[in-house]
Amino acid sequence: MKLITAVVKPFKLDDVKTALQELGVHGLTVTEASGYGRQRGHTEVYRGAEYRIDLVPKVRIEVVVEDADAEAVMEAVVAAARTGRIGDGKVWSVPVDGVVRVRTGERGPDAV
Amino acid sequence: MPTGIDTGDTAWLLASTALVLLMTPGLALFYGGMVRTKSVLNMIMMSFASIAVVTVVWLAAGYSLAFGPDLGGWGLLGGLEHAGLRGIGPASVTGHVPTLLFAAFQLTFAVITAALISGAVADRAKFGSWVAFTAVWTLLVYAPVAHWVFSPDGWVLHRLGALDFAGGTVVEVNCGASGLALALLLGPRIGFRKEAMRPHSLPLVLLGAGLLWFGWFGFNGGSALGANGLAAASLVNTQAAGCTGLLGWLAVEKRRDGHATTLGAASGAVAGLVAVTPACGSVDVLGALLIGLAAGVVCSYAVGWKYRLGYDDSLDVVGVHLVAGVIGTLLIGLFAVRAMTGGVEGLLHGGGFGQLPRQAAAVLAVGVYAFAATYGIGKGVERVMGFRAPAEHETAGLDLAVHAETAYDHGVLGHGTAQVARPARPVSAGPGRPGPAPDGPAPDDPAPARPGAPALQPDRTPPA
Repeated sequence: MKLITAVVKPFKLDDVKTALQELGVHGLTVTEASGYGRQRGHTEVYRGAEYRIDLVPKVRIEVVVEDADAEAVMEAVVAAARTGRIGDGKVWSVPVDGVVRVRTGERGPDAV
Repeated sequence: MPTGIDTGDTAWLLASTALVLLMTPGLALFYGGMVRTKSVLNMIMMSFASIAVVTVVWLAAGYSLAFGPDLGGWGLLGGLEHAGLRGIGPASVTGHVPTLLFAAFQLTFAVITAALISGAVADRAKFGSWVAFTAVWTLLVYAPVAHWVFSPDGWVLHRLGALDFAGGTVVEVNCGASGLALALLLGPRIGFRKEAMRPHSLPLVLLGAGLLWFGWFGFNGGSALGANGLAAASLVNTQAAGCTGLLGWLAVEKRRDGHATTLGAASGAVAGLVAVTPACGSVDVLGALLIGLAAGVVCSYAVGWKYRLGYDDSLDVVGVHLVAGVIGTLLIGLFAVRAMTGGVEGLLHGGGFGQLPRQAAAVLAVGVYAFAATYGIGKGVERVMGFRAPAEHETAGLDLAVHAETAYDHGVLGHGTAQVARPARPVSAGPGRPGPAPDGPAPDDPAPARPGAPALQPDRTPPA
Protein backbone atom coordinates (compact mmCIF):
# COMPACT_ATOMS: atom_id res chain seq x y z
CA MET A 1 0.00 0.00 0.00
CA LYS A 2 0.98 3.59 -0.55
CA LEU A 3 0.12 6.84 1.20
CA ILE A 4 -0.29 9.52 -1.41
CA THR A 5 -0.06 13.08 -0.19
CA ALA A 6 -0.93 16.05 -2.36
CA VAL A 7 -0.48 19.70 -1.39
CA VAL A 8 -2.47 21.75 -3.88
CA LYS A 9 -4.22 25.04 -4.41
CA PRO A 10 -7.38 25.24 -2.27
CA PHE A 11 -9.70 26.03 -5.16
CA LYS A 12 -8.59 22.80 -6.88
CA LEU A 13 -9.85 20.62 -4.02
CA ASP A 14 -13.20 19.88 -5.66
CA ASP A 15 -11.59 18.90 -8.95
CA VAL A 16 -9.20 16.54 -7.18
CA LYS A 17 -12.03 15.00 -5.14
CA THR A 18 -14.09 14.40 -8.27
CA ALA A 19 -11.15 12.85 -10.10
CA LEU A 20 -10.46 10.48 -7.21
CA GLN A 21 -14.11 9.47 -6.93
CA GLU A 22 -14.13 8.64 -10.63
CA LEU A 23 -11.15 6.35 -10.02
CA GLY A 24 -13.05 4.58 -7.25
CA VAL A 25 -11.08 5.95 -4.32
CA HIS A 26 -13.45 5.62 -1.35
CA GLY A 27 -12.00 7.95 1.23
CA LEU A 28 -9.57 10.74 1.71
CA THR A 29 -8.44 13.16 4.38
CA VAL A 30 -8.18 16.89 3.78
CA THR A 31 -6.38 19.39 5.99
CA GLU A 32 -5.87 23.10 5.57
CA ALA A 33 -2.18 23.78 5.26
CA SER A 34 0.12 26.66 4.56
CA GLY A 35 3.58 26.77 3.14
CA TYR A 36 5.67 27.91 0.26
CA GLY A 37 7.69 26.47 -2.58
CA ARG A 38 8.86 28.35 -5.65
CA GLN A 39 5.75 30.49 -5.46
CA ARG A 40 7.02 32.15 -2.28
CA GLY A 41 4.47 34.50 -0.77
CA HIS A 42 2.73 37.69 -1.64
CA THR A 43 2.57 41.26 -0.38
CA GLU A 44 -0.30 42.85 1.56
CA VAL A 45 -0.62 46.53 2.44
CA TYR A 46 -2.30 47.84 5.59
CA ARG A 47 -2.41 51.61 6.10
CA GLY A 48 0.58 51.90 3.81
CA ALA A 49 2.69 49.33 5.67
CA GLU A 50 3.73 46.47 3.40
CA TYR A 51 3.67 42.98 4.84
CA ARG A 52 5.51 40.17 3.11
CA ILE A 53 3.34 37.10 3.58
CA ASP A 54 5.64 34.09 3.14
CA LEU A 55 3.16 31.31 3.69
CA VAL A 56 0.48 30.67 1.13
CA PRO A 57 -2.74 28.79 2.00
CA LYS A 58 -2.93 25.27 0.56
CA VAL A 59 -4.90 22.09 1.14
CA ARG A 60 -3.23 18.80 1.92
CA ILE A 61 -5.06 15.72 0.58
CA GLU A 62 -4.09 12.28 1.84
CA VAL A 63 -5.24 8.92 0.47
CA VAL A 64 -4.06 5.36 1.12
CA VAL A 65 -4.30 3.11 -1.94
CA GLU A 66 -3.09 -0.30 -3.09
CA ASP A 67 0.32 -0.38 -4.77
CA ALA A 68 -1.18 -1.17 -8.16
CA ASP A 69 -3.40 1.90 -8.08
CA ALA A 70 -0.80 4.34 -6.82
CA GLU A 71 0.51 5.57 -10.14
CA ALA A 72 -2.97 6.12 -11.60
CA VAL A 73 -4.11 7.98 -8.50
CA MET A 74 -1.10 10.27 -8.54
CA GLU A 75 -1.61 11.04 -12.18
CA ALA A 76 -5.28 11.78 -11.63
CA VAL A 77 -4.44 14.17 -8.80
CA VAL A 78 -1.79 15.93 -10.87
CA ALA A 79 -4.10 16.29 -13.85
CA ALA A 80 -6.93 17.63 -11.71
CA ALA A 81 -4.80 20.08 -9.73
CA ARG A 82 -2.76 21.54 -12.55
CA THR A 83 -3.28 25.12 -13.69
CA GLY A 84 0.14 25.43 -15.31
CA ARG A 85 1.03 28.41 -13.13
CA ILE A 86 3.52 28.65 -10.32
CA GLY A 87 2.23 27.38 -6.96
CA ASP A 88 0.29 24.35 -8.24
CA GLY A 89 1.79 22.22 -5.47
CA LYS A 90 3.34 18.74 -5.07
CA VAL A 91 2.21 15.15 -4.94
CA TRP A 92 4.27 12.36 -3.41
CA SER A 93 3.84 8.78 -2.25
CA VAL A 94 5.40 6.74 0.53
CA PRO A 95 5.05 3.03 1.36
CA VAL A 96 2.62 2.11 4.15
CA ASP A 97 3.37 -0.87 6.46
CA GLY A 98 -0.10 -1.53 7.75
CA VAL A 99 -3.67 -0.25 7.92
CA VAL A 100 -6.50 -1.18 10.29
CA ARG A 101 -10.16 -0.21 9.91
CA VAL A 102 -11.16 0.84 13.41
CA ARG A 103 -14.80 -0.28 13.24
CA THR A 104 -14.24 -3.85 12.05
CA GLY A 105 -10.62 -4.58 12.78
CA GLU A 106 -9.96 -5.50 9.12
CA ARG A 107 -6.33 -5.17 8.15
CA GLY A 108 -4.29 -4.50 5.04
CA PRO A 109 -5.81 -3.69 1.65
CA ASP A 110 -9.28 -4.72 2.88
CA ALA A 111 -9.15 -1.86 5.35
CA VAL A 112 -8.42 0.73 2.69
CA MET B 1 -42.41 71.91 32.67
CA PRO B 2 -39.60 74.09 34.05
CA THR B 3 -39.26 77.37 32.23
CA GLY B 4 -36.53 77.67 29.63
CA ILE B 5 -36.62 74.08 28.46
CA ASP B 6 -37.29 73.70 24.74
CA THR B 7 -38.83 70.33 23.98
CA GLY B 8 -37.45 70.13 20.43
CA ASP B 9 -33.91 70.93 21.56
CA THR B 10 -34.23 68.49 24.42
CA ALA B 11 -35.53 65.69 22.19
CA TRP B 12 -32.64 66.11 19.75
CA LEU B 13 -30.04 66.17 22.52
CA LEU B 14 -31.55 63.07 24.14
CA ALA B 15 -31.18 61.28 20.81
CA SER B 16 -27.68 62.69 20.26
CA THR B 17 -26.54 61.47 23.66
CA ALA B 18 -27.55 57.94 22.72
CA LEU B 19 -25.86 58.30 19.31
CA VAL B 20 -22.57 59.42 20.83
CA LEU B 21 -22.63 56.67 23.45
CA LEU B 22 -22.91 54.10 20.65
CA MET B 23 -19.66 55.41 19.19
CA THR B 24 -17.62 53.80 21.95
CA PRO B 25 -18.79 50.22 21.28
CA GLY B 26 -18.29 51.13 17.61
CA LEU B 27 -14.74 52.19 18.41
CA ALA B 28 -14.26 48.91 20.28
CA LEU B 29 -15.05 47.00 17.06
CA PHE B 30 -13.03 49.42 14.91
CA TYR B 31 -10.00 48.86 17.12
CA GLY B 32 -10.79 45.20 17.86
CA GLY B 33 -10.71 44.26 14.19
CA MET B 34 -7.32 45.91 13.76
CA VAL B 35 -5.46 43.81 16.35
CA ARG B 36 -4.50 40.16 16.13
CA THR B 37 -6.86 37.40 17.29
CA LYS B 38 -4.99 36.87 20.54
CA SER B 39 -5.77 40.31 22.00
CA VAL B 40 -9.05 41.36 20.41
CA LEU B 41 -11.10 40.92 23.57
CA ASN B 42 -8.66 43.00 25.59
CA MET B 43 -8.86 45.71 22.94
CA ILE B 44 -12.67 45.74 23.07
CA MET B 45 -12.62 45.53 26.84
CA MET B 46 -10.57 48.72 27.14
CA SER B 47 -13.37 50.65 25.43
CA PHE B 48 -16.13 49.04 27.45
CA ALA B 49 -14.19 49.66 30.67
CA SER B 50 -13.95 53.32 29.66
CA ILE B 51 -17.72 53.55 29.41
CA ALA B 52 -18.12 52.35 32.98
CA VAL B 53 -15.14 53.98 34.65
CA VAL B 54 -15.44 57.38 32.99
CA THR B 55 -19.18 57.50 33.66
CA VAL B 56 -18.70 56.93 37.39
CA VAL B 57 -15.83 59.40 37.63
CA TRP B 58 -17.67 61.99 35.52
CA LEU B 59 -20.77 61.88 37.67
CA ALA B 60 -18.70 61.93 40.87
CA ALA B 61 -16.47 64.89 40.03
CA GLY B 62 -15.56 65.21 36.33
CA TYR B 63 -18.66 67.12 35.31
CA SER B 64 -18.21 69.62 38.11
CA LEU B 65 -14.53 70.16 37.30
CA ALA B 66 -15.39 70.74 33.65
CA PHE B 67 -18.64 72.69 33.86
CA GLY B 68 -18.90 73.85 37.47
CA PRO B 69 -18.45 77.52 38.33
CA ASP B 70 -14.97 78.68 37.40
CA LEU B 71 -12.31 78.57 40.12
CA GLY B 72 -10.74 81.98 40.68
CA GLY B 73 -11.85 83.38 37.33
CA TRP B 74 -8.83 82.03 35.42
CA GLY B 75 -10.83 79.80 33.13
CA LEU B 76 -8.66 76.80 33.97
CA LEU B 77 -10.89 74.54 36.06
CA GLY B 78 -14.37 74.34 37.49
CA GLY B 79 -15.08 73.98 41.18
CA LEU B 80 -16.50 70.97 43.00
CA GLU B 81 -19.90 72.53 43.80
CA HIS B 82 -21.62 70.01 41.55
CA ALA B 83 -19.64 66.92 42.61
CA GLY B 84 -21.99 63.97 42.45
CA LEU B 85 -24.27 66.27 40.41
CA ARG B 86 -25.19 67.95 43.69
CA GLY B 87 -27.58 70.82 43.24
CA ILE B 88 -28.69 69.69 39.78
CA GLY B 89 -32.26 68.41 39.47
CA PRO B 90 -34.84 67.85 36.78
CA ALA B 91 -35.68 71.56 36.88
CA SER B 92 -32.09 72.76 36.29
CA VAL B 93 -31.61 74.24 32.84
CA THR B 94 -28.50 74.79 30.69
CA GLY B 95 -29.27 76.76 27.55
CA HIS B 96 -32.59 75.33 26.44
CA VAL B 97 -32.10 71.79 27.73
CA PRO B 98 -32.12 70.16 31.17
CA THR B 99 -28.70 70.40 32.84
CA LEU B 100 -28.85 66.68 33.59
CA LEU B 101 -29.11 66.00 29.86
CA PHE B 102 -26.25 68.39 29.10
CA ALA B 103 -24.14 66.56 31.69
CA ALA B 104 -25.02 63.20 30.13
CA PHE B 105 -24.26 64.44 26.60
CA GLN B 106 -20.86 65.72 27.72
CA LEU B 107 -20.29 62.46 29.58
CA THR B 108 -20.43 60.50 26.33
CA PHE B 109 -17.64 62.72 24.95
CA ALA B 110 -15.43 62.03 27.95
CA VAL B 111 -16.07 58.29 27.56
CA ILE B 112 -15.02 58.05 23.92
CA THR B 113 -12.00 60.33 24.35
CA ALA B 114 -10.59 58.04 27.03
CA ALA B 115 -11.40 54.97 24.94
CA LEU B 116 -9.67 56.45 21.88
CA ILE B 117 -6.34 56.48 23.74
CA SER B 118 -6.40 52.68 24.03
CA GLY B 119 -5.48 52.37 20.36
CA ALA B 120 -1.99 53.62 21.17
CA VAL B 121 -1.33 50.88 23.74
CA ALA B 122 -2.92 47.89 21.97
CA ASP B 123 -1.83 44.39 22.97
CA ARG B 124 0.44 45.36 25.85
CA ALA B 125 -1.24 47.31 28.68
CA LYS B 126 -2.21 45.71 31.99
CA PHE B 127 -5.96 45.84 32.24
CA GLY B 128 -6.17 47.00 35.85
CA SER B 129 -3.67 49.74 35.11
CA TRP B 130 -5.77 50.87 32.15
CA VAL B 131 -8.83 51.11 34.40
CA ALA B 132 -6.92 53.16 36.97
CA PHE B 133 -5.41 55.34 34.26
CA THR B 134 -8.75 56.26 32.68
CA ALA B 135 -10.19 57.26 36.05
CA VAL B 136 -7.31 59.60 36.89
CA TRP B 137 -6.96 60.85 33.32
CA THR B 138 -10.63 61.87 33.13
CA LEU B 139 -10.24 64.07 36.20
CA LEU B 140 -6.79 65.52 35.52
CA VAL B 141 -6.74 65.85 31.75
CA TYR B 142 -10.18 65.58 30.17
CA ALA B 143 -12.12 67.70 32.70
CA PRO B 144 -9.71 70.68 32.68
CA VAL B 145 -9.40 70.70 28.89
CA ALA B 146 -13.19 70.47 28.50
CA HIS B 147 -13.46 73.43 30.88
CA TRP B 148 -10.98 75.48 28.84
CA VAL B 149 -12.80 74.89 25.57
CA PHE B 150 -16.43 73.97 26.21
CA SER B 151 -17.29 75.90 29.38
CA PRO B 152 -18.53 79.47 28.87
CA ASP B 153 -15.91 80.46 31.48
CA GLY B 154 -13.04 78.61 29.80
CA TRP B 155 -9.97 80.57 28.74
CA VAL B 156 -9.63 79.05 25.27
CA LEU B 157 -13.18 79.91 24.30
CA HIS B 158 -13.68 83.06 26.33
CA ARG B 159 -10.30 84.77 26.43
CA LEU B 160 -8.34 83.34 23.50
CA GLY B 161 -11.36 83.30 21.19
CA ALA B 162 -10.44 80.03 19.45
CA LEU B 163 -13.29 78.06 17.90
CA ASP B 164 -13.84 74.36 18.51
CA PHE B 165 -17.39 73.36 17.81
CA ALA B 166 -17.52 69.71 18.81
CA GLY B 167 -14.14 68.77 20.23
CA GLY B 168 -11.29 68.94 17.72
CA THR B 169 -9.05 69.94 20.59
CA VAL B 170 -10.95 68.52 23.58
CA VAL B 171 -11.44 65.09 22.01
CA GLU B 172 -9.14 64.61 19.03
CA VAL B 173 -5.94 66.53 19.82
CA ASN B 174 -6.39 65.51 23.45
CA CYS B 175 -6.64 61.76 22.81
CA GLY B 176 -3.91 61.89 20.17
CA ALA B 177 -1.36 63.67 22.34
CA SER B 178 -2.27 61.46 25.30
CA GLY B 179 -1.95 58.36 23.13
CA LEU B 180 1.49 59.45 21.97
CA ALA B 181 2.58 59.91 25.59
CA LEU B 182 1.43 56.41 26.56
CA ALA B 183 2.90 54.81 23.43
CA LEU B 184 6.28 56.31 24.30
CA LEU B 185 5.96 55.37 27.96
CA LEU B 186 4.99 51.75 27.36
CA GLY B 187 7.36 51.20 24.46
CA PRO B 188 6.69 49.26 21.27
CA ARG B 189 4.94 45.90 21.08
CA ILE B 190 7.21 42.87 20.95
CA GLY B 191 7.95 42.36 17.26
CA PHE B 192 7.08 45.94 16.21
CA ARG B 193 8.54 46.67 12.75
CA LYS B 194 9.65 43.00 12.45
CA GLU B 195 6.54 40.84 12.57
CA ALA B 196 3.48 41.24 10.38
CA MET B 197 0.76 42.53 12.69
CA ARG B 198 -2.12 42.33 10.31
CA PRO B 199 -5.66 43.40 11.27
CA HIS B 200 -7.40 40.12 12.10
CA SER B 201 -10.88 41.15 10.92
CA LEU B 202 -11.44 43.95 8.45
CA PRO B 203 -15.23 43.41 8.45
CA LEU B 204 -15.18 44.27 12.17
CA VAL B 205 -13.14 47.39 11.42
CA LEU B 206 -15.67 48.50 8.81
CA LEU B 207 -18.63 47.73 11.03
CA GLY B 208 -16.99 49.79 13.77
CA ALA B 209 -16.27 52.64 11.36
CA GLY B 210 -19.91 52.58 10.28
CA LEU B 211 -21.12 52.85 13.87
CA LEU B 212 -18.68 55.70 14.50
CA TRP B 213 -19.91 57.52 11.41
CA PHE B 214 -23.55 57.03 12.47
CA GLY B 215 -22.82 58.28 15.98
CA TRP B 216 -20.88 61.26 14.66
CA PHE B 217 -24.14 62.88 13.59
CA GLY B 218 -25.03 63.08 17.26
CA PHE B 219 -21.50 64.12 18.18
CA ASN B 220 -21.38 67.08 15.78
CA GLY B 221 -25.07 67.72 15.18
CA GLY B 222 -25.78 67.43 18.90
CA SER B 223 -23.05 69.95 19.70
CA ALA B 224 -25.40 72.66 18.41
CA LEU B 225 -27.24 71.87 21.68
CA GLY B 226 -30.48 72.46 19.86
CA ALA B 227 -32.73 71.22 17.08
CA ASN B 228 -32.02 74.02 14.64
CA GLY B 229 -30.30 75.12 11.48
CA LEU B 230 -26.86 75.00 13.04
CA ALA B 231 -27.41 71.32 13.90
CA ALA B 232 -28.49 70.64 10.33
CA ALA B 233 -25.49 72.48 8.88
CA SER B 234 -23.13 70.59 11.20
CA LEU B 235 -24.68 67.32 10.16
CA VAL B 236 -24.30 68.05 6.45
CA ASN B 237 -20.71 69.24 6.95
CA THR B 238 -19.98 66.05 8.89
CA GLN B 239 -21.21 63.85 6.06
CA ALA B 240 -19.33 65.92 3.46
CA ALA B 241 -15.98 65.68 5.25
CA GLY B 242 -16.31 61.97 6.03
CA CYS B 243 -16.79 61.27 2.34
CA THR B 244 -13.92 63.42 1.04
CA GLY B 245 -11.69 61.95 3.76
CA LEU B 246 -12.49 58.48 2.47
CA LEU B 247 -11.91 59.47 -1.16
CA GLY B 248 -8.69 61.32 -0.37
CA TRP B 249 -7.20 58.39 1.50
CA LEU B 250 -8.12 55.93 -1.26
CA ALA B 251 -6.69 58.19 -3.95
CA VAL B 252 -3.34 58.28 -2.18
CA GLU B 253 -3.38 54.51 -1.64
CA LYS B 254 -4.22 53.73 -5.24
CA ARG B 255 -1.41 55.95 -6.46
CA ARG B 256 1.17 55.02 -3.82
CA ASP B 257 0.46 51.36 -3.02
CA GLY B 258 -1.43 50.27 -6.12
CA HIS B 259 -4.62 49.25 -4.31
CA ALA B 260 -7.56 51.01 -2.68
CA THR B 261 -8.08 49.09 0.58
CA THR B 262 -11.05 48.67 2.91
CA LEU B 263 -8.88 49.64 5.87
CA GLY B 264 -8.00 52.80 3.96
CA ALA B 265 -11.68 53.56 3.36
CA ALA B 266 -12.50 53.16 7.05
CA SER B 267 -9.45 55.18 8.12
CA GLY B 268 -10.06 57.94 5.59
CA ALA B 269 -13.68 58.36 6.62
CA VAL B 270 -12.66 58.57 10.28
CA ALA B 271 -9.89 61.09 9.45
CA GLY B 272 -12.37 63.29 7.59
CA LEU B 273 -14.91 63.06 10.39
CA VAL B 274 -12.24 63.89 12.98
CA ALA B 275 -11.08 66.94 11.05
CA VAL B 276 -14.57 68.35 10.61
CA THR B 277 -15.41 67.90 14.30
CA PRO B 278 -14.04 71.28 15.42
CA ALA B 279 -15.05 72.97 12.18
CA CYS B 280 -18.55 71.71 11.38
CA GLY B 281 -20.19 74.63 13.17
CA SER B 282 -17.97 77.29 11.59
CA VAL B 283 -17.57 76.46 7.90
CA ASP B 284 -19.78 76.05 4.85
CA VAL B 285 -20.10 72.85 2.85
CA LEU B 286 -17.22 73.69 0.51
CA GLY B 287 -15.01 74.26 3.54
CA ALA B 288 -16.08 70.92 5.00
CA LEU B 289 -15.38 69.09 1.74
CA LEU B 290 -11.86 70.55 1.60
CA ILE B 291 -11.15 69.92 5.29
CA GLY B 292 -12.15 66.27 4.92
CA LEU B 293 -10.05 65.88 1.78
CA ALA B 294 -7.01 67.45 3.44
CA ALA B 295 -7.36 65.11 6.42
CA GLY B 296 -7.78 62.00 4.27
CA VAL B 297 -4.70 62.79 2.19
CA VAL B 298 -2.40 63.93 5.00
CA CYS B 299 -3.38 61.17 7.45
CA SER B 300 -2.77 58.46 4.86
CA TYR B 301 0.87 59.55 5.04
CA ALA B 302 0.91 60.38 8.76
CA VAL B 303 0.17 56.78 9.75
CA GLY B 304 3.58 55.85 8.34
CA TRP B 305 5.56 58.19 10.60
CA LYS B 306 5.61 55.69 13.46
CA TYR B 307 7.65 53.20 11.45
CA ARG B 308 10.24 55.83 10.65
CA LEU B 309 10.38 57.41 14.08
CA GLY B 310 9.98 54.18 16.04
CA TYR B 311 7.06 54.96 18.38
CA ASP B 312 4.46 52.21 18.38
CA ASP B 313 1.19 54.12 18.17
CA SER B 314 -0.34 50.76 17.36
CA LEU B 315 -3.69 51.75 15.86
CA ASP B 316 -2.72 55.26 14.74
CA VAL B 317 -4.34 57.47 17.35
CA VAL B 318 -1.63 60.01 16.51
CA GLY B 319 -1.63 59.48 12.74
CA VAL B 320 -5.42 59.81 12.48
CA HIS B 321 -6.85 61.63 15.49
CA LEU B 322 -4.06 64.00 16.45
CA VAL B 323 -3.13 64.91 12.89
CA ALA B 324 -6.70 65.27 11.61
CA GLY B 325 -7.70 67.10 14.80
CA VAL B 326 -4.91 69.62 14.25
CA ILE B 327 -5.81 70.01 10.55
CA GLY B 328 -9.48 70.64 11.28
CA THR B 329 -8.85 73.04 14.14
CA LEU B 330 -6.32 75.07 12.16
CA LEU B 331 -8.36 75.19 8.96
CA ILE B 332 -11.15 76.99 10.80
CA GLY B 333 -8.75 79.93 10.56
CA LEU B 334 -9.03 79.70 6.77
CA PHE B 335 -12.57 78.53 6.14
CA ALA B 336 -14.75 80.05 8.87
CA VAL B 337 -17.79 81.89 7.47
CA ARG B 338 -19.80 84.55 9.24
CA ALA B 339 -23.12 82.85 8.43
CA MET B 340 -22.05 79.97 10.70
CA THR B 341 -19.96 81.68 13.37
CA GLY B 342 -22.01 84.85 13.70
CA GLY B 343 -18.87 86.95 13.55
CA VAL B 344 -15.51 85.28 13.02
CA GLU B 345 -14.33 84.94 9.42
CA GLY B 346 -11.44 82.91 8.10
CA LEU B 347 -8.57 84.10 5.94
CA LEU B 348 -10.18 82.91 2.71
CA HIS B 349 -13.43 84.68 3.48
CA GLY B 350 -11.87 88.06 4.11
CA GLY B 351 -11.32 87.69 7.85
CA GLY B 352 -7.56 88.18 7.66
CA PHE B 353 -4.91 86.38 9.69
CA GLY B 354 -6.59 87.02 13.03
CA GLN B 355 -8.19 83.65 13.68
CA LEU B 356 -5.42 81.29 12.57
CA PRO B 357 -2.97 82.04 15.42
CA ARG B 358 -5.80 81.69 17.94
CA GLN B 359 -6.57 78.25 16.56
CA ALA B 360 -2.89 77.32 16.64
CA ALA B 361 -2.57 78.48 20.24
CA ALA B 362 -5.53 76.32 21.27
CA VAL B 363 -4.03 73.26 19.55
CA LEU B 364 -0.65 73.87 21.12
CA ALA B 365 -2.03 74.44 24.62
CA VAL B 366 -4.23 71.34 24.58
CA GLY B 367 -1.60 69.17 22.88
CA VAL B 368 1.23 70.10 25.20
CA TYR B 369 -0.87 69.87 28.36
CA ALA B 370 -2.41 66.53 27.37
CA PHE B 371 0.97 65.04 26.46
CA ALA B 372 2.74 66.20 29.61
CA ALA B 373 -0.05 65.42 32.06
CA THR B 374 -0.73 62.02 30.52
CA TYR B 375 2.94 61.12 30.62
CA GLY B 376 2.99 62.06 34.31
CA ILE B 377 -0.15 60.05 35.11
CA GLY B 378 1.20 57.09 33.15
CA LYS B 379 4.47 57.25 35.08
CA GLY B 380 2.53 57.29 38.34
CA VAL B 381 0.43 54.28 37.35
CA GLU B 382 3.58 52.48 36.25
CA ARG B 383 5.25 53.10 39.60
CA VAL B 384 2.26 52.01 41.69
CA MET B 385 1.01 48.96 39.80
CA GLY B 386 3.03 48.55 36.60
CA PHE B 387 1.52 49.53 33.25
CA ARG B 388 3.01 47.20 30.70
CA ALA B 389 1.85 43.59 30.67
CA PRO B 390 4.51 40.92 31.26
CA ALA B 391 6.20 39.76 28.07
CA GLU B 392 4.76 36.25 28.37
CA HIS B 393 1.22 37.64 28.55
CA GLU B 394 1.85 39.84 25.55
CA THR B 395 3.29 36.98 23.52
CA ALA B 396 0.53 34.54 24.41
CA GLY B 397 -2.13 37.24 23.97
CA LEU B 398 -3.84 39.29 26.65
CA ASP B 399 -7.22 37.63 26.02
CA LEU B 400 -6.16 34.34 27.54
CA ALA B 401 -3.63 35.66 30.04
CA VAL B 402 -5.73 38.48 31.50
CA HIS B 403 -9.35 37.66 30.78
CA ALA B 404 -9.17 33.81 30.63
CA GLU B 405 -11.10 33.91 27.35
CA THR B 406 -10.40 33.59 23.65
CA ALA B 407 -12.38 35.48 21.03
CA TYR B 408 -12.81 32.72 18.50
CA ASP B 409 -13.17 28.98 18.88
CA HIS B 410 -11.87 27.41 15.68
CA GLY B 411 -12.20 23.74 14.90
CA VAL B 412 -13.58 20.84 16.85
CA LEU B 413 -10.58 19.80 18.93
CA GLY B 414 -9.19 20.99 22.19
CA HIS B 415 -12.25 22.10 24.10
CA GLY B 416 -10.97 20.52 27.30
CA THR B 417 -13.34 19.35 29.98
CA ALA B 418 -16.18 21.33 31.45
CA GLN B 419 -15.83 21.92 35.15
CA VAL B 420 -19.09 23.65 35.89
CA ALA B 421 -20.16 21.21 38.58
CA ARG B 422 -16.98 21.58 40.60
CA PRO B 423 -16.48 23.83 43.60
CA ALA B 424 -14.88 27.17 42.85
CA ARG B 425 -11.25 26.85 41.88
CA PRO B 426 -8.49 28.74 43.64
CA VAL B 427 -7.98 32.21 42.20
CA SER B 428 -4.42 31.47 41.16
CA ALA B 429 -5.34 28.70 38.73
CA GLY B 430 -4.67 29.64 35.12
CA PRO B 431 -7.00 28.92 32.24
CA GLY B 432 -4.72 26.31 30.75
CA ARG B 433 -4.04 24.44 33.95
CA PRO B 434 -6.92 23.98 36.35
CA GLY B 435 -5.80 23.50 39.92
CA PRO B 436 -6.94 20.47 41.90
CA ALA B 437 -10.40 20.86 43.35
CA PRO B 438 -10.39 21.43 47.11
CA ASP B 439 -12.16 18.12 47.74
CA GLY B 440 -9.55 15.92 46.11
CA PRO B 441 -7.66 15.48 42.87
CA ALA B 442 -9.66 16.06 39.74
CA PRO B 443 -10.33 12.71 38.07
CA ASP B 444 -9.77 13.65 34.46
CA ASP B 445 -7.99 16.95 34.39
CA PRO B 446 -6.62 17.44 30.92
CA ALA B 447 -3.65 19.73 31.08
CA PRO B 448 -3.28 21.82 29.09
CA ALA B 449 -6.96 22.12 28.26
CA ARG B 450 -6.37 23.82 24.89
CA PRO B 451 -3.64 22.85 22.50
CA GLY B 452 -1.07 25.56 22.35
CA ALA B 453 -2.41 27.27 25.44
CA PRO B 454 0.55 28.19 27.60
CA ALA B 455 0.18 27.45 31.28
CA LEU B 456 -0.13 31.02 32.43
CA GLN B 457 -1.12 32.41 35.75
CA PRO B 458 -3.55 35.18 34.90
CA ASP B 459 -2.24 38.58 35.88
CA ARG B 460 -0.39 37.49 38.98
CA THR B 461 3.07 38.03 37.61
CA PRO B 462 4.84 41.08 39.04
CA PRO B 463 5.58 43.79 36.49
CA ALA B 464 8.66 43.05 34.42
